[in-house]
Amino acid sequence: MKAHLTRQAAICWGLVLATILLGWFGRDLAKALDARWMVKIPSSWDIPFNTYISATMAWLMEEAAVGPVSFTDATRAIAWLIEQPYELALNLLAHGFLFDPGPEPQVLLPAASWIAVTAAVISLGHYCRSWGLAALVGACFAYLAVFGQWDSAMVTLASVLIAVPLGAGGGLLAGIWAYRHPLGERILSPVLDLMQTIPIFAYLVPILFMFGFGPVSALVATIIYATPPMIRITIMALKAVDPEILDFGRMAGTTRRQLMWRVLVPSASQSLMVGVNQVIMLTLNMVIIASMIGAGGLGFDVLAALRRLDIGAGFEAGIAIVVLAIAVDRLSQAFAERMGQVHHTKPGSWAARNKRTVLVLCLLAVTWVLGRFSPLLLDYPQSQTITTGAFWNDTVKYLNVNYFDAFEAVKIFFLQWFLLPIKKTLLGIPWPWAIAMLTLLGWHAGGWKLAALCGAMSALIAVSGLWAKAMVTVYLCGASVILATLIGVPLGVLAALNRRAGIAINLLIDTLQTLPSFVYLIPVVMLFRVGDFTAMIAIVLYALAPAVRYAAHGVRSVSSELIEAGLVSGCTKWQLLRLVRLPMALPEILLGINQTIMLALSMLVITALVGTRDLGQEVYIALTKADTGRGLVAGLAIAFIAIIADRLVNAGARGARIRFGLES
Amino acid sequence: MTPKTKLSCRNVWKLYGANPEGFLRENPAPSGGDIQRAGIIGAVRNASIDIAEGEIFIIMGLSGSGKSTLVRCLSRLIEPTGGEVLFDGVDLLRASEQELIDIRRHKMGMVFQHFALLPHLTVLQNVMFPLAVQAAPRAEAEAKAREVVELVGLKGREDYYPRELSGGQQQRVGIARSLVTEPDLWFLDEPFSALDPLIRREMQDEFMRLQARLHKTIVFITHDFEEAVRLADRIAIMKDGEIIQVATPEELVLNPATDYVAEFTRHIPRSKVLTVGGIMTPGTQAEGLPVPAAARVSEVAEQIIAADAPRPVCDADGRIVGSIGRTAVARVLFGAGEAA
Repeated sequence: MKAHLTRQAAICWGLVLATILLGWFGRDLAKALDARWMVKIPSSWDIPFNTYISATMAWLMEEAAVGPVSFTDATRAIAWLIEQPYELALNLLAHGFLFDPGPEPQVLLPAASWIAVTAAVISLGHYCRSWGLAALVGACFAYLAVFGQWDSAMVTLASVLIAVPLGAGGGLLAGIWAYRHPLGERILSPVLDLMQTIPIFAYLVPILFMFGFGPVSALVATIIYATPPMIRITIMALKAVDPEILDFGRMAGTTRRQLMWRVLVPSASQSLMVGVNQVIMLTLNMVIIASMIGAGGLGFDVLAALRRLDIGAGFEAGIAIVVLAIAVDRLSQAFAERMGQVHHTKPGSWAARNKRTVLVLCLLAVTWVLGRFSPLLLDYPQSQTITTGAFWNDTVKYLNVNYFDAFEAVKIFFLQWFLLPIKKTLLGIPWPWAIAMLTLLGWHAGGWKLAALCGAMSALIAVSGLWAKAMVTVYLCGASVILATLIGVPLGVLAALNRRAGIAINLLIDTLQTLPSFVYLIPVVMLFRVGDFTAMIAIVLYALAPAVRYAAHGVRSVSSELIEAGLVSGCTKWQLLRLVRLPMALPEILLGINQTIMLALSMLVITALVGTRDLGQEVYIALTKADTGRGLVAGLAIAFIAIIADRLVNAGARGARIRFGLES
Repeated sequence: MTPKTKLSCRNVWKLYGANPEGFLRENPAPSGGDIQRAGIIGAVRNASIDIAEGEIFIIMGLSGSGKSTLVRCLSRLIEPTGGEVLFDGVDLLRASEQELIDIRRHKMGMVFQHFALLPHLTVLQNVMFPLAVQAAPRAEAEAKAREVVELVGLKGREDYYPRELSGGQQQRVGIARSLVTEPDLWFLDEPFSALDPLIRREMQDEFMRLQARLHKTIVFITHDFEEAVRLADRIAIMKDGEIIQVATPEELVLNPATDYVAEFTRHIPRSKVLTVGGIMTPGTQAEGLPVPAAARVSEVAEQIIAADAPRPVCDADGRIVGSIGRTAVARVLFGAGEAA
């Protein structure tokens, strides 16, 4: 047995070594053999997927029709349907209702005053939980007013108010459909996989084509981005309803509809609210990207600042997004919690039972009426706003002036000894060898199905003519993930073992996770300028969180009996960590790394803004050129990389779990 | 007069695996070995029972014996692989979806092991739920619901939510809810298994009190033989999906069909199962106050032993049918009859 194992290990190491050597000397070898096709796929082998897709898109837009209704009519109708409620929310919160939209519009009713809106969220906070929450959300909204972000924030809030119900409602319906029809689930689940792995940029282009540049496109993109988790959570929540409740519903003689809406959905409401919360958070994540295709508001401010490289303004708008996200997130969580609690209705008239609503409505009316005389009541006075922009600008300037050499040294060190060797190796591996190795790995980790998946997907990338760019993507992503793991896993272990460190680390991770990804880019670019190193830092910062979280959770959830068994056997602290805790936490750590890879890939596209040369850049260029085919093919290539990585790591984690008897 | 059969099932099979219908069509009566060889799991195998109107019929078995599956086949919550289920003489398995909904709305009620109360509704709303799905007039439904809530002793807690109640109270809500439509047939799926022993006892008494008033036809599932003996008119014992024996508690104790059944009955105090009629000397006369033949030995043991001479035994109509003396009672109480 032992001999057999070592032989297997020898083969593994041999293959790894061969791959690395091929990576280093592949180019020379290809030259020597006069077989350039080994490292560079001849363009005549490419299948022009992008032209096919672009042609299909053009056909859709120009010719496709069912009877008299053309495809464009349908998209226009959808756009109109979304636009109506959005206009209403926008007018109420930001623009005011205008009369006669001519050159000099007459304001019929101004937008809700900042006082009324803040009062509304405060009372919502009080309704959902307590005065504490009310104070928090009140402070958040006051921050928006005081820091001069109010108008943009309200535009963003209006789009959130439209996108969330549509996303959550649509997700719920799709989830119910999949729950009812097994076929539906089989159709939806690969679609969901793709939707969650294709970078958002890739589907911005077709959306632009169908809905044009503007807030509606942005809303559609946001909804597409935010809905998949809701669908998944709906399916899961409905499946998790106690089978006895299901039996009861049927025994009570419910029709199918009654069973769904009166028994299953209410019973699952708590889990469903988790899904709604996810939709809210993803909607807010999308704010900046959505502004690339026409959403205004805070996202646009950040993007504009990024283009000007104005750290101060970008930072402030970014923080405003975070503040808005915190307020909305806490409110929705408290609301979900409230739904799970017992509330007895109090007797009395409607007004007596809904004092808060009455109060807010009164405030709204009063500020509207009095606002005609004193604009202070409607808009927060501009002269009273504070800005910290100058401070951030000065800080970066100071750092750049005084520590330029140090930053440069760090950058060069990493490039020379870490990034470039990986890049060279990956780009040098002949593609047939790489595909073969991936297939072998898939077979080893998960049988022939996984092998076929890995082989087919990597081969598709190869024939789409994006092999080199895909390798750059793998290199950037891989380097970042290695770094994120090296930093994140020890941090997670520390957080699990030491309570005080745990609090500090959690705070750091929470902050990193709530900051929109674009916000990292600004200071990093200012300090390190554009390039791979900058991209790597931004990716590491963005993708660090799951590595830390899963490691901490894995180490924490090692059963206390095992720890005691270790202690009784006389382990030292280090031995306990090395021999008991870490091995048992391994499956969880692997899952964390898997999440890190996924986040890294999604961040990769955003870092295209700072000049990388990978698939992300390809997608970004396609977006700026409005080239549907190019964007989708590159996006799919990224999705394939993500799927291969995801399946391989998951299979590995599962293998580890089976070895430990945690799963059969 | 034999009472009318309310519910019966004939050769009901429930098999899990690849194409169980085809398998059953080819082998109408497969043996355990056949099933195993085909890689199929037999959850219910060839079950046939008749349940009389007004009877408490208990299906008893350990976990995994198929008792829950069988009762779900009887109510067609699970589609049986083969056989027929006759409810009032009509085959339930042929009923359309609409007919089934109708039958369940008016003629069946079910109580669940873990109560299956809807967490977002109050006690009253939970009890009203079966009426609400029938779109019954609200005022009428509410009056009816308040009535059954009172019947199960929860008056005053109508506006509580399930999680504010103890387990026993929650099951009372479950019972009230299953009774609100005045069903003829009442399924109880391990209704008291999730409760503490003391509460369980109390709920069993409560159940007997209700049944004395309502006279429902009851299919009751339990894994607790003592509970079965206490409540049942007849018991069906299941093992590995098969019904091994259907009999009254007394017959089970006196004539167990297999060693498996005997193993169950061994630890049951026999005085609580055997009736006076079962151990009396038939046809003999005696002096004194007659004891009823239907009484359990444990209920009358003290007075028979305290008496000097044997006591007469009378049937339900008051006719003297035999006599019973100390020795017979002592044999039951002190286990001399174990070997019998």
